[in-house]
Amino acid sequence: MSVKRDSLSLSFAVGVYGAAFGAASVAAHFSVLQTCAISLLTFSGASQFAAVGVVGAGGGAFSAIATGALLGTRNGLYAVRMAPLLKVRGAKRIVAAQITIDESTGVALAQNNEKDSRTGFWWTGFGVFIFWNIFTLIGAVSAGLLKDPAAYGLDALVPAAFVGLVWPRLNSKRSYYLAAFAFVFALSLVPYVPAGIPIISTALLAILMGWRA
Amino acid sequence: MSIYWITALGTSAACFLFKYLGHSVPESWLAHPRVQRINVLIPVALLSALVAVQAFTDKTKLVVDHRMAGVSFAVAAFVAKLPFPVAVFGAAIVSALVYRLS
Repeated sequence: MSVKRDSLSLSFAVGVYGAAFGAASVAAHFSVLQTCAISLLTFSGASQFAAVGVVGAGGGAFSAIATGALLGTRNGLYAVRMAPLLKVRGAKRIVAAQITIDESTGVALAQNNEKDSRTGFWWTGFGVFIFWNIFTLIGAVSAGLLKDPAAYGLDALVPAAFVGLVWPRLNSKRSYYLAAFAFVFALSLVPYVPAGIPIISTALLAILMGWRA
Repeated sequence: MSIYWITALGTSAACFLFKYLGHSVPESWLAHPRVQRINVLIPVALLSALVAVQAFTDKTKLVVDHRMAGVSFAVAAFVAKLPFPVAVFGAAIVSALVYRLS
């Protein structure tokens, strides 16, 4: 069935990015075990990169968690869209919640009927979960073997990944202005406030900019 | 508990909470256009700030170094619509080359 095939090929392609996360997390001084725990339990790419990125830049746990959490709010809105389609309760709802991410929601909403939507959601959700965690382990173990992360470009891997995550979201004039403004605003705060604050404070810019239609 | 475990478990708990709440609240609660707009914009702001801080700072100082070469490659790769892994690992290779040569 083509929904399953599409779900699995997308899952593999997305799961490979897990290697970049594994490497980035180890470069930010998380252990391999901690890195794998984040991929299993957080399971939301942007939030994961952000949390380890903030800690790697010298930020505190609170800034790291808050930044990761704010990037995770969109999964909640995806869940609101998915709930009426899935109609799950109890343990099944817990599992569905954990695999409610960009890709599973995207595939589900791209289908023409409810049955295919549900198939797309579960297959993509589980597929990404499996590949993402396998590749996280591979990336983390490989990066752990390197003595000087900068000599292998791992310190550039993280900002490059963030470029890739923000790129598809730059789809309106407003988003371009906000991206440029947040970039400059964060850099201008760096010398004066504790690490992590320059990043999380740009959420205020997003709220101000999104307040009016 | 170390900052690493606190961050790992705290981020996981917060992210799961949002996912689970979304499956449990009535759809109308979050249907307000303002909530939708802000939800779309928050990742744009945070991810842009993360690019800036990860590429152009060292602790509390603003710096331009080998990472800029890597990030420039990534931007060029995304403009050229190359796949994510090519752009990201290519950025690492470019950055590493500049680091080793300088």
